Amino acid sequence: MAEIKQIPVRIQITDGALIPDKGNKTVRTSWKISLFGALGLLVFLPLYNMAPVQQFVLQAWGLFFPSPELSARLSSIAAGTYKNIWVDILLYLPDGLSVTFAVTLSSIAMATIFGLAAGLGQISRVVLLNRIATVYVEVIRGIPLLVQIFYIYFALGSIFHLDGFLAAVISMSFCYGAYMGEIFRAGIQAIPRGQMEAALALGLSRSQAIWTIIIPQTVKIILPAIGNEFIALLKDSSMVSVMALVDLLRLAKNYGSNHGDYFPPLTVVALVYLVMTLILSWLVAVMEERLNQNAR
Amino acid sequence: MPDRIRIEGATKLFGELKALNNVSMVVHPGETVVVIGPSGSGKSTLLRSVNRLEVLSAGDVWIDEDHVTNHASDIRKIREEVGMVFQNFNLFPHLTVLQNITLSPINVKKLPKAKAEAKAMELLERVGLAEKRDAWPEQLSGGQKQRVAIARALAMEPKVMLFDEPTSALDPEMVKEVLDVMLALAKEGMTMMVVTHEMGFAKAAADRVIFMDQGEIIEEGTPKALFDSPKNERTAKFLAHIL
Repeated sequence: MAEIKQIPVRIQITDGALIPDKGNKTVRTSWKISLFGALGLLVFLPLYNMAPVQQFVLQAWGLFFPSPELSARLSSIAAGTYKNIWVDILLYLPDGLSVTFAVTLSSIAMATIFGLAAGLGQISRVVLLNRIATVYVEVIRGIPLLVQIFYIYFALGSIFHLDGFLAAVISMSFCYGAYMGEIFRAGIQAIPRGQMEAALALGLSRSQAIWTIIIPQTVKIILPAIGNEFIALLKDSSMVSVMALVDLLRLAKNYGSNHGDYFPPLTVVALVYLVMTLILSWLVAVMEERLNQNAR
Repeated sequence: MPDRIRIEGATKLFGELKALNNVSMVVHPGETVVVIGPSGSGKSTLLRSVNRLEVLSAGDVWIDEDHVTNHASDIRKIREEVGMVFQNFNLFPHLTVLQNITLSPINVKKLPKAKAEAKAMELLERVGLAEKRDAWPEQLSGGQKQRVAIARALAMEPKVMLFDEPTSALDPEMVKEVLDVMLALAKEGMTMMVVTHEMGFAKAAADRVIFMDQGEIIEEGTPKALFDSPKNERTAKFLAHIL
């Protein structure tokens, strides 16, 4: 009889940017193209719109296609009233960026706690806990995030006087906790039953076994999936812009309506989101690799 | 002589299926009892009911004075004294060999780390794997894994050892190294209940052999009596098949 090999399980869902692990060259290449493309554009666009560069470009155009609009823009540059919108936006960005970061990081921390609780609840033998966790996951996953945000901010917020930031973190983490709960549950159940039996046979309590034997192994196999959730959460944090909370997207929208031109701010914000998610997906890949090296 | 393990009327139902049907047996202190039988005969279920990994539908199990099947008894305390070795080793893959062995002494018996490690090294020495102390389970062969699993069970200084087909998942060339460790353990006077297909081991180490079929004990006796002159037809048929 051949020895039974335990096949390492890896649960991976890919609804975000792909995780560029070393083995997958195609993903790695497209990751590089996307990242350097986005960074390149973020550098190129502000430089290209600097006054001297614009002056030179417009003059060159004017040689072949003269138009009154062109000369008006040239004279505004000469008069010193020309404004490089692209640089202007980049200077504005840090405010929105810090809000987006604050919402995302707080929500990630809270959602992980909710998720672990929901996952443990779903495998719990205590009927009440089990019910609560299962119903929580069902209900939350059945309602669109945007509706939940509206609900918590406008409906509940008017009763409990929640400020924008708190409402944002509560709705994001409550929603994502349910999705992570499913991942934790699947991860815990993917650990062979023999692991729990061996721990119990050694005299460990069920909760000791879960925390010292099951969860450490679970974390390793669900890391790609959890990483993807983090990335998705970062992206979905843009939805909180519907509240009175000036995150990256809301900032771009405000800027666009103030200046009557949505193209530059939204382009910059899209690129910034792309850079962030790509870097985050790379971090997840590095973390995963570390874990794989350690406890083999 | 008082009984170390006493099973009375053990019955286990899996839905319609009667995995165990009113099984009674004892294991005396220092005795090695080998349970044999075709697959599906209930022998593993019986073994697993001894430390309540399997909850019986009816019947009682005692280990010395401890009533295993009584839900009021502290099953963790009982399990501390019952070592178990599994078919698939069930080593903890995220812990090193040494950590696998010291986990329970440190977390359950609250032994100081240094003391637990000294004891673990002693046991690793005994199963011939001292140099593997810092290896990960994945880096070991099947036979080595099972020897570590035995050391892990012994680290709790149990008064009973349960073996659930300990060599069934091993490549043939690794069976002997595991059986040798078990044989030495039996010779030292450990109380052992072993479910196995290794008739050689039964002959060499068992004080008694129990033959089970369809959830019932069909026949039991010394290895010599059971193997050389089985009284029951089913026993004879099974032995003819396997030997």
